[in-house]
Amino acid sequence: METLEAHRLVIDIPGRGAGRPLDLAVAPGERWGVLGPNGVGKTTLMHTLAGLRAPRRGEVRLGGVRLSRLKRRALARRLGIVFQSQHDDFPATVRETALIGRHPFIAPWQQEGPEDIARAEAALERLDLSHLAERELATLSGGERQRVSLATLLTQSPRLWLADEPTNHLDLHHQVAVMELLTEQAQRGCGVMMCLHDLNLAARWCSHLLLLYPDGEACWGAADTMLVPEALERLYGQALTTAMVDGAPVFVPRR
Amino acid sequence: MSDASGQAASRGLRLRPLGWLALAALLSLAVSLALGSVAIAPEALLAVLGGGGDSLHQTLVLELRLPRALAAFGTGALLALAGALMQILLRNPLADPYVLGLSGGASVAALAAMLAGLGVALVTGAAFAGALLSTLIVFGLAHGTGSWTPTRLLLTGVVMAAGWGALISFLLAVSPVERLPGMLYWLMGDMAYAGSPWPVLGVAVVSLAVVMPLGRTLNVLARGGLQAAALGVAVRPLEWTLYLLASLLTAVAVTTAGSVGFVGLMVPHMLRLRLGNDQRLILPASLLAGGTLLTLADTLARTLIAPQQLPVGVITALLGVPSFLYLLYRSR
Repeated sequence: METLEAHRLVIDIPGRGAGRPLDLAVAPGERWGVLGPNGVGKTTLMHTLAGLRAPRRGEVRLGGVRLSRLKRRALARRLGIVFQSQHDDFPATVRETALIGRHPFIAPWQQEGPEDIARAEAALERLDLSHLAERELATLSGGERQRVSLATLLTQSPRLWLADEPTNHLDLHHQVAVMELLTEQAQRGCGVMMCLHDLNLAARWCSHLLLLYPDGEACWGAADTMLVPEALERLYGQALTTAMVDGAPVFVPRR
Repeated sequence: MSDASGQAASRGLRLRPLGWLALAALLSLAVSLALGSVAIAPEALLAVLGGGGDSLHQTLVLELRLPRALAAFGTGALLALAGALMQILLRNPLADPYVLGLSGGASVAALAAMLAGLGVALVTGAAFAGALLSTLIVFGLAHGTGSWTPTRLLLTGVVMAAGWGALISFLLAVSPVERLPGMLYWLMGDMAYAGSPWPVLGVAVVSLAVVMPLGRTLNVLARGGLQAAALGVAVRPLEWTLYLLASLLTAVAVTTAGSVGFVGLMVPHMLRLRLGNDQRLILPASLLAGGTLLTLADTLARTLIAPQQLPVGVITALLGVPSFLYLLYRSR
């Protein structure tokens, strides 16, 4: 089973105290949301969970094995991540960018085969990008670029999806489309964890939540137990009004 | 492109430009064999290459022009390949081996050897040692006590290059007048003392064989270190390999021809503007185009104001800058 576990995990943010160590597991089918104010360490946590950064203490395990004991390539076949920002220093087309998601699956001496290309095309189609396949990244809008990143991850198609603010720059329709995509991946047995700034997306689409407080405190659990207005108000230092819509709570900042 | 033809098409797209570049490379070599103090007609050139022809032509082509043309080709190929690798390493299309102070280190060591009155062999050895020393200093300092980032490496290299530049000026200032022309020629690149072409050509072929299997991995590295790591690339070992390889290529090139600027920066960049950024195409294309450019430049350098010779670096810059600016202007 591809469960991602944080075991007594303290992420390494220079100049900050340890806070509460994280002990949680992202199991297949679960959709975890990470909530917290700016600078609280959401991105650092995502990078640590992806094995791109060493934790200060504790460890991250995938399927019971410490990440540091897995080969990068083997890890990339099972776990993928969408970053908050991309570095497009060199020209590349949308299609080429989606296709690099297949990199961990192709031997060094091999070329991308028809199956790889078909997967990339399907991912572009799924994210409404087929008509932009030949376009240069530099000519895309922020939201289109964000969807290309998601298409790359869909092409990679790992069992564990980490997404750092996957709805960044997206219009309302595509925000929903992306949350549906992540839900669909969870339904086919993937574990999903994403950082979000939108409480209402989290309330609607996440099965579990992790709340990271600026003082290093943290709490986590099933989404319905975590969506307590007082806890959320303390999280952001912002007064909230709550309403129930379609059976889910909606949080609006109070003026 | 969602069927098998997609793969064949993408491979064909790669082979066609390489075919044209290889043709251009052969033509440039032919031109450099035919032109000089005595111009040789195409039929006579073919006869010489076939093992016949008259003996003056044989001497001219096989003993004088061919070694020099091949050395120029190999040097240009190495510089362009080193530039292409450095640009991926630093994730900066403007990087080149010279920006990182490699040629500066080589130049200071070579000039100091010339000032001490040492012979050609020792000047060459000094240049090689200087380039490697500069590599080690830049990499050691960029590594520092903290993390290693492309920006930090680039800045360290740029500052080191400025420092080497000051030392070069100092050495020129204290040198006796009669040594200055030789030094200046060395600084601007000069194929006249290139010697045997086989070291550069051999290094070019071996290094291409080393980097070609890395092509797709380099494409992923160009997307940034984190993204590459997330896609299964062992980033740190790969970056070390790139840096050491590019430094070695530069050191060999500088040792052969002195400090020829611009090829490493310009050739890969021009190719990227036309061919995209697939390293499986750009790396061999850089090799061919860099070799072609320096072969033509050297031919011009020794024929333009014959019997006098120009430093080849002047020609690469004079040819390269306008065509580079034109391509840049034309590109989207």
